Amino acid sequence: MFALLKREILLSIRAGGGALTGVLFFLAVVSVFPFAVGPDTKLLTHLAPAVLWIGALLASLLGLDRLFAQEREDGSLDLLVMQPHPLAITIFIKAIAHWLMTGLPLVLATPLFGIMLNLSPLGIGATMITLLAGTPAIAFIGTVGAAVSVKLPRGGMLISVLVLPLVIPILIFGVAAITGALEDPAPFTSPFLFVCAITLFTSVIGPLAASVMLRHSAD
Amino acid sequence: MKLIIKNLGLTRASQAIVSDISFKLQAGEALIVTGENGSGKSTTLRGIAGLLPLNAGSVKLLDETGKQFEGEMREYCHYLGHQNGMKPALTVRENLDFWQKFCGNADMTIEEALDEVDLAHTIDLPFSYLSAGMKRRVSIARLLVSDRPIWIVDEPTAGLDAHSVKMFTNLCKAFCAGGGILIAATHLPLGIETEKTLEIGR
Repeated sequence: MFALLKREILLSIRAGGGALTGVLFFLAVVSVFPFAVGPDTKLLTHLAPAVLWIGALLASLLGLDRLFAQEREDGSLDLLVMQPHPLAITIFIKAIAHWLMTGLPLVLATPLFGIMLNLSPLGIGATMITLLAGTPAIAFIGTVGAAVSVKLPRGGMLISVLVLPLVIPILIFGVAAITGALEDPAPFTSPFLFVCAITLFTSVIGPLAASVMLRHSAD
Repeated sequence: MKLIIKNLGLTRASQAIVSDISFKLQAGEALIVTGENGSGKSTTLRGIAGLLPLNAGSVKLLDETGKQFEGEMREYCHYLGHQNGMKPALTVRENLDFWQKFCGNADMTIEEALDEVDLAHTIDLPFSYLSAGMKRRVSIARLLVSDRPIWIVDEPTAGLDAHSVKMFTNLCKAFCAGGGILIAATHLPLGIETEKTLEIGR
């Protein structure tokens, strides 16, 4: 299984730009936003957590469609499916690798983008922690979307449609946690724990559902 | 080891492709599946390998005492389909190393396996640099780096030159001599003494 992780990471480095595409998309969303809202720094600060989360969420959806489609095109998927390892574990590792190469760079880029949105250091810290806890869930849910659309030549759009509604709760709790960290009466811990719970929950359900899907979509 | 296929029936898109395929293979035997284009050779092989749900019939793998093997058929097979299952961005060594570790039961080293297919010099080249025939030979080397008792190969010699076909035939002979079961869809006779044939017709 470590071999799979190593291969996925190597591939995403060699194929080039996987991490960078996400970060650039994130940058595009975040940097365009102040132009649309106008030079009101107070308003920007207020909106910053939401903008950062939306940017990260949309950026995380990029590349999900290639997760299994690429494996299918070169015949690797048959071989991955045939092995004695539980398929769900294989998918779990693929999701982890995908997150490491696309989700983690987003988390690391957050401080820079937070400054662009006039977010306080505390806010930046809270955003990073919630993104760190929440973005893996997008990858786990994304495996289901990727498995459903594995045979479709243009699966990207379908994945977004399938995955977006399912990741809304993470967005709600993620932003709520940041607001909780910045403003006094609102709590930080409970929404943050919800984010963690969703990630743990989807880390099991997502790969399991995707493995059932992949087994039945054989052709 | 004994492979028993009984009354196999497979459908694709709710259309029956093959039906009533039955055969038995002992350890060391080979089955050559022939048939016209579109007659269902690949479908049959994929069904046996467990990549397609069976519509009818059964695939059983028994050991010497007649007991059924634990686990699924697919766990005991090497499958070589039309595609090579290799990543163009990785080197030949990285590709084979991954499949060896992922499939387990390491047999030959990567260097030895590449030597068998005369590609030792390409070990550090990216897979995408190789020609079609060389790519095919690398994926044949994949069958050698980890040990599986059954090989299911679909048009294994597509793109290979005469010399490489001979080399592959020899590898198949050695595999069967070592007690393996080979199922191959090919138009060329492999020249294995224990060769059976199955013609899929319409």
